[in-house]
Amino acid sequence: MATYDFVFEALGLKEACGADDGGGLSSMADLMGDATGEDQVVSLWDTPFPSLDALHEACPAIPQSREVTRGLEQGFLNIKDSLKVVVDPLTQPLSWALNEALWIMQATPWWIMIPLLMLIVYLVGRSAKLVVLVAVCFGFLAFIDYYEYTMQTLAIIFVCAFICVLFGVPIGIAMSRSDRVQRGMIPVLDMLQTLPPFVYLIPLIFLFSVTEPKLYGIAIILYAMVPVIRLTDLGIRLVDQDVIEAADAFGMTKRQKLYGVQIPLALPNIMAGVNQTIMMSLAMVVIASLVSAPGLGVLVLRGIRSLELGVGLLSGLGIVLLAIILDRVTKAALARINAAQK
Amino acid sequence: MSDNIKISVRHLYKIFGDDPQPALEMVKAGMTKTELMEQEQHVLGLNDINVDMPAGRTTVIMGLSGSGKSTLIRHLNRLIEPTSGEVWVDGENILEYNERQLRGLRQHKMSMVFQKFALLPHRTVLQNAGMAPAVEGKSERKYADEATKWLERVGLQGQGNQYPHQLSGGMQQRVGIARALTSNSDIMLMDEAFSALDPLIRTDMQNLLIDLQAELQKTVVFITHDLDEALKLADHLVILKDGFVVQQGEPQHILLNPNDPYIEDFVSDINRARVLRVRSVMIETTDAEGEVSGEVDADDTLESVISKSEGDTTRRYRVTRDGQPVGMLDMRRLVRALVPRDASGETRMTG
Ligand SMILES: Nc1ncnc2c1ncn2[C@@H]1O[C@H](COP(=O)(O)OP(=O)(O)OP(=O)(O)O)[C@@H](O)[C@H]1O
Ligand SMILES: [Mg+2]
Repeated sequence: MATYDFVFEALGLKEACGADDGGGLSSMADLMGDATGEDQVVSLWDTPFPSLDALHEACPAIPQSREVTRGLEQGFLNIKDSLKVVVDPLTQPLSWALNEALWIMQATPWWIMIPLLMLIVYLVGRSAKLVVLVAVCFGFLAFIDYYEYTMQTLAIIFVCAFICVLFGVPIGIAMSRSDRVQRGMIPVLDMLQTLPPFVYLIPLIFLFSVTEPKLYGIAIILYAMVPVIRLTDLGIRLVDQDVIEAADAFGMTKRQKLYGVQIPLALPNIMAGVNQTIMMSLAMVVIASLVSAPGLGVLVLRGIRSLELGVGLLSGLGIVLLAIILDRVTKAALARINAAQK
Repeated sequence: MSDNIKISVRHLYKIFGDDPQPALEMVKAGMTKTELMEQEQHVLGLNDINVDMPAGRTTVIMGLSGSGKSTLIRHLNRLIEPTSGEVWVDGENILEYNERQLRGLRQHKMSMVFQKFALLPHRTVLQNAGMAPAVEGKSERKYADEATKWLERVGLQGQGNQYPHQLSGGMQQRVGIARALTSNSDIMLMDEAFSALDPLIRTDMQNLLIDLQAELQKTVVFITHDLDEALKLADHLVILKDGFVVQQGEPQHILLNPNDPYIEDFVSDINRARVLRVRSVMIETTDAEGEVSGEVDADDTLESVISKSEGDTTRRYRVTRDGQPVGMLDMRRLVRALVPRDASGETRMTG
């Protein structure tokens, strides 16, 4: 009846499959077959791939493919509670940090916030042009009443990028020190980087409630942490071996070497990683508005959902402006480090 | 030469590879570097090195590229661990040192100067010069005087606040030397310290080192692949080839009595008149009687004697040291010494 009956007959496994074939009509093909009432005579051309569903038709003991997805889901739900016991308290500070940052950035009046940001930009980049650019961009965003949203986005990016650096740099250092750690980490980093951003959100939604900021916080951090890890590892490995040898020859301890030589000399690469990390946080914070991350992303989403073309375009422009500012400022900092090190 | 031995290397072997011990046995049984490479895929770095380095003198290690010079010098402060053998410094076998003792050795007893300078690019010249005290935990204020003193001694007045990349190569290497001197260590290891510099600067630096040596009498271990440099600096010359010592001793002696075609090749291109000293070719005798055309000092170069004799090969000179007669020098003997031994004797096989 089904295409692959002969396999099980040949193997003498018909018994093991369970005699009754006419049980649940579960696959689409079954339904179709039933509806037409014909016996299926399948030409060679149409032979289906021996997939789970096809084999299931021949032998009901073999699970259908949807059992697999259901099994995965069930498995995840089963461990979810125990996972939550561990992960919840660990990530709670992230929720607090995000809430605090959002609150501070919004509670501070604009006439303090904008000059403050300009001051920070000046200290980091030492460039008057950059300060003017920042003033103009924020002025424009505030002028079209997107100030609030902009600050929310910035707050999230600050917190997440900070945490990325906080954990990413030590992980990168550990990777640079041991080839074993590096071999272990690279596939993980590859996976984090190639997984489509939406996929991160799925298990997280099950794990946390959508009202918790850490839900999007974790998604952003996982996605954005990769470059700073990679470039820290690379930067330290690329430090001139002659200089390392000199450090050894003058009797430096491992610690002195790390803080006095390796990290300072790897700083240009680490900063390049920080720049990419910030840019990726920005990309992710827009997507994360799907799971209630506040900020400009919400406006983009509104533009899509209710077809408000103007809102979508303007908020998109706002994101571009933010990206330009963040990129220029971190690049200016990078250039200053490079200048100091030739 | 003083009998005071500062560093003593005994039966030192180094084999690079995954499993050096069996390879070591084969080398001890007589396998050569090429055979070891072909049959075992291990690199023979050093092969039974025995060298005594006199205190307060300059020992020069010479050899072609890949002969194991850098490998040998890095064993002296254990930047490379040997496969077998001993390294004695001031009567202690440093291979028995634990990590802390080893750091002490590197901080206080030995300093190193590198071919590519290896300065810290993010620190100022002064901070680089003060690297040794800084490693000990001294603040910049504390070591500034000492470091400035040595920077001035090597000719870098007022450059302390520059960054290394703002200096020329020669100046950077001066910082490298100041860095080694600031550590106040007795021993200075110099791995091709002047090879990256252009010829004029290089001569300057050699003279600087000779001046410093006259003043400080450090135990210097100097690596070079340049025979002129070696002869200029060396009190004791060690010649390496494929990881073993071909010949070692007083440079003048090696020049006059090369014991290996490899060394003959090396010394054939040299300007012998400028390098050889009167003492190496004179006949030692205290009662220098007979007719002489004048007096020359034992440490004069042959070149200066030739110009004094105006090319007349019939003359004889009385040789003195500190005013006392110590020997006789016949011009014929001098001229014969100018020609490499094998060229004057049987014909050479190699072109
Ligand atoms: N880490 C290593 N692993 C494997 N082989 C090595 C290693 N270090 C050195 N060698 C080998 O040991 C030999 C001696 O090398 P070394 O660097 O001491 O030569 P060198 O005399 O300093 O030459 P150069 O004048 O080019 O600096 C060479 O054949 C080299 O290939
Ligand atoms: Mg070398």
